[in-house]
Amino acid sequence: MLHTKTRDAVIFQIGLASFLTLILLIILVPFWRVIVTAFIPLDIYTREGVPFFLSPTRWSFEAFKQLLGHSMFPRAAWNSVVITLLGTAISVILTVPLAYGLSTRNLPGRKLIMTLVLFTYLFSPGLIPVYLLITGMELTNNYLAIILPPAVSVYNTLVMMSFFEGLPEELKDAARIDGANELQVLLHIILPLSRPILLTIGLFYAVFFWNEFFTPILYLNDNDLLPLPVLLRNILISASFNEYVEYDAFSSSSLESLKAAGVLITMIPMLLIYPWIQRYFTKGTLVGGVKE
Amino acid sequence: MTVKILPSIAPSTEKFTFKKLLRSMWRQRWLYFLMAPTLIYFLVFKYGPLWNAQIAFKDFKPLLGVMGSPWVGFKHFETFINSFYFADLMTNTIIFSVAKLLLGLPIAVICAIALHETWFLRFRTFVQTMIYLPHFLSWVIMFGVLLVILSPGNGLLNAIIERFGGEPIPFLTSPDHFRWVVILSDIWKETGWSTILYLAALLAISPDLYEAAAVDGATPLQRIWYISLPGILPVIVLVTLLRMGHILEAGFNQIFVLYSVPVYSVGDILDTWVYRQGVLQFQFSLATAVGFFKGAIGLGLILISNRIAKRLAQQSIY
Repeated sequence: MLHTKTRDAVIFQIGLASFLTLILLIILVPFWRVIVTAFIPLDIYTREGVPFFLSPTRWSFEAFKQLLGHSMFPRAAWNSVVITLLGTAISVILTVPLAYGLSTRNLPGRKLIMTLVLFTYLFSPGLIPVYLLITGMELTNNYLAIILPPAVSVYNTLVMMSFFEGLPEELKDAARIDGANELQVLLHIILPLSRPILLTIGLFYAVFFWNEFFTPILYLNDNDLLPLPVLLRNILISASFNEYVEYDAFSSSSLESLKAAGVLITMIPMLLIYPWIQRYFTKGTLVGGVKE
Repeated sequence: MTVKILPSIAPSTEKFTFKKLLRSMWRQRWLYFLMAPTLIYFLVFKYGPLWNAQIAFKDFKPLLGVMGSPWVGFKHFETFINSFYFADLMTNTIIFSVAKLLLGLPIAVICAIALHETWFLRFRTFVQTMIYLPHFLSWVIMFGVLLVILSPGNGLLNAIIERFGGEPIPFLTSPDHFRWVVILSDIWKETGWSTILYLAALLAISPDLYEAAAVDGATPLQRIWYISLPGILPVIVLVTLLRMGHILEAGFNQIFVLYSVPVYSVGDILDTWVYRQGVLQFQFSLATAVGFFKGAIGLGLILISNRIAKRLAQQSIY
């Protein structure tokens, strides 16, 4: 774009910058408040509540010690890791062959399969029929109850399909002439070329499973199986607080600090992988539309 | 290209016979074998629920099973439509999804234009990184953030209200404020992410147009009004249409986390009601009928909005 630095343009730029700063503050201030609340020492809290700024010398890690010192939080974190890794693996393994098959134009029955897949995307009878299916299969208190119903996302399948369609047909043909079957073509030709889309779709599945909290509430009754977001929710609504945290009159941090610290602990893994997510979603969304 | 004459990829212009079909299926046997687990998965976990959905038209008794329960026709649909909660649930659902769309969309467009126009590219990247972030956080985390802002005791907003001599407001449990909490927190979380689409559309506008405008001495606002906005109008229309197709999706996860008994009257949506009636009250058939009702309307709306979108897209091509 041309940058003609007239007086009007400069004033306009100052206006834009202040607008964007305002947006930035609207996003950041709530997070800042969570951080201050989590680190505030009990004596300041009881004296003056939560200030907006906290002297760096007064930051207290008591709330984090209290949460992580109890066995529930580390266990829930581990459960979340298991659900996320297992869920992502199953999702990707089930999504890739379907997307690849649907991208093969001369596959007999492709249209029929496409219609059947799309129909489940367009029409859903809601929660109860799935709930009856899962409870009927006696998957209660089993991570498969959380992982399997949403395992294949039709949307992700279509994105992956359009990526496969964009790969040059000549590559596959060359391998077929050399006598490779479809399994070998997929494993040795297609998948090595598909790293960006596999990572993008894998990351989207991983974010989904890491954040999932409703189906764990629905299907898991055993407290030892709960993932992090469910534990955090129980702490936030103060339901059965003492099962998860040693909290009593002698507690060295306030209820608010414990809640805020819980929010931060649950957020940290996402913040750690966020730079990668950001790199791949920009690539992935572009890649979906680029043909050859 | 020589490859094209190979039998395995011969174009299907030959005359169709059953034998030929079987032969080409046999050629693709590996592919079917690869797809089999996913197809079985779809049969069990996507079509299984569709099979179970027949209990919307039955009086489901767990002991009799889905097949053994007696048919009752549209009884549960009638019960639902004639019930006193029908109007409340529909109103809440539609208010939430329409308000999120109507308020969120202009903010997203303005943010995208601001990001597109700014000269400070590093600042722009930083703002983008920060406003995309909330999209990747779960609603449980958002609930924690909202508590820190809105709680009557130490919430930031209530601290400000008290500083100016007002009474603290229990935003999350007050029927007068709960809808705004739902709408604005959704906008806070998702607007940044939705700017991606508009930003992509803005970047696709030909730079020639902007150069011509600069030569003609257009002011920044004229440039936005006559080039940027018309340039992304098709995307705005498309997004709006597709969102209208999902008008009955008011955000189950969000409301499930945020709502509580005092705000049921203004916060309860179709999905949360289905959950409570079905899972907590064991009214399986009635809850399934409501889910079916929602699914059927959703299907109709999506088909209509897709058709309109297609027609508009064609018009804009010619």
